[in-house]
Amino acid sequence: MTSIKRRTLLKGTVAAGIISSAGLLIPKQVLAKWPSSAFEAKDVETAITGVAGSSEMSDSTDIAIKAPDIAENGAVVPVSITSGMSDIESISIIAAKNGNPLAASFILGKGAEGFVSTRIKMGKTSDVVAVVKAGGKLYTAKKEVKVTIGGCGG
Amino acid sequence: MKAFLTVGTVLAILATSSANLAASPKEDLKTFRDYYAKRFPSVPFQDFTNGVYSIDKPSREQWESIEEFPPYELNIEKGETLYKTPFKNGKTYASCFKNGGKGIKQNYPYFDTASGKVKTLEQEINECRKKNGEEALKWKKGKMADLSSYMAYTSRGNKTDIVIPSDPRAMAAYEKGKMGFYAKRGQLNMSCADCHQWNAGNRIRADILSPALGHTSHFPVYRSKWGGLGTIHRRYGGCNKQVRAKPYKAQSDQYRNLEYFHTYMSNGLEQNGPGARK
Amino acid sequence: MASIKLRAKLAGDTTTVKALVSHPMETGMRKDKKTGKVIPANFIQEVICEHNGNAVMTALWGAAVSKNPYLSFKFKGAKKGETVKLSWSDNNGKSDSADVKVS
Repeated sequence: MTSIKRRTLLKGTVAAGIISSAGLLIPKQVLAKWPSSAFEAKDVETAITGVAGSSEMSDSTDIAIKAPDIAENGAVVPVSITSGMSDIESISIIAAKNGNPLAASFILGKGAEGFVSTRIKMGKTSDVVAVVKAGGKLYTAKKEVKVTIGGCGG
Repeated sequence: MKAFLTVGTVLAILATSSANLAASPKEDLKTFRDYYAKRFPSVPFQDFTNGVYSIDKPSREQWESIEEFPPYELNIEKGETLYKTPFKNGKTYASCFKNGGKGIKQNYPYFDTASGKVKTLEQEINECRKKNGEEALKWKKGKMADLSSYMAYTSRGNKTDIVIPSDPRAMAAYEKGKMGFYAKRGQLNMSCADCHQWNAGNRIRADILSPALGHTSHFPVYRSKWGGLGTIHRRYGGCNKQVRAKPYKAQSDQYRNLEYFHTYMSNGLEQNGPGARK
Repeated sequence: MASIKLRAKLAGDTTTVKALVSHPMETGMRKDKKTGKVIPANFIQEVICEHNGNAVMTALWGAAVSKNPYLSFKFKGAKKGETVKLSWSDNNGKSDSADVKVS
């Protein structure tokens, strides 16, 4: 299933019908949509294409990445992405130097604002790259997060 | 690996450092507090309970992000369920503790005149279990840590209040704990004080050393490194291993005495456990 | 229900949802220190948050999301007292859900 079809499925009333009439999520049906090629990709471009349909992006100053300059612990790095763009379809978070760079992708439904926050694992110092799909186009921004090998945990 | 130091060696160490062996606990406490107030003049007293986050802005910001919804909330919930579930005999943990166990953590550890030893909260949790026909829990993590986290949570805001009764055995336990804090150990030949007093605020590789003032207020602690919750004795063991010293066992006399001294040094500081750290 | 802590707070016309989920988020790349065996991958792949039958947020996660994962997002259109529901499913077919009233 292509990513475009999936997004339409989720945003439309068809999806709402499946979710609410079933009462419960049906795990297998849900799992069918998980883009394994994107998450298993070992390079940033394949990861982005897998989750957003293409890797052609333009830099944007309307994407704010809140992440530490130096991560306290690479296992738990708080990352928040905020964007004021209109018609945001998805926001993806990539840790460029992770073995599998794609960490998470958030598909915004009706009414959702341009803001997501989570905590990710980073294996080493790397750019945290945000990819925002809005109005069918891809926009990106990045911020370097340093990951150090600690002393004793202070 | 030597796990003990001769009294003479320790006395010599204490004489050369600014810890005064002859001082009373009250005097020790004043010296301790004055030291940190002087070293970190811009940190308000109560903020020391936030450890390294009271002295380093970038890591404080990350900690505040975590505190928006800290993982230890899952443990508090588990702890509360465990605490309120009756034993096989129908009794509950509440029957073993003052005030049903709520809001009492600030008084631990205490000197038990009956047994002549320092008693910790984790110890009393297991004593409660044994008394009611249940098996003891392991000391450092899991259910023990969850239970302790719930009791810590109900004690938030209460000022640490460790009492050293005028009983020579209590004084001896305090002094042993104090020696434990200031004695060098391990292949790296470092004491708790070397890092957390004389070098508090300095870096050790990529980490910043937390001040020992306020150390004990936030236990048990959820550490990103552990990906879970651990008790203070779990951390003592880890710290000892990090200076390549053979750790003592959790709830050993040595760690209980250390906890007694260590917590007394945070008297007056508010309980804020369970805490989140790296 | 037991694995999810969920909050939904309304300020103006924006609801901020915060969720904390108890889950090991194992990457499948770690080895058990004692046995030397690889700990199999065990991570949440999809999180769906619903309001009034709409999926307001769908999160697709990889194993790089931290253990005991956290998620926060915002959306418009909810009123106090309405229900927000969060469901997750992992690579092993396990799932759970919880709901909360917007406050």
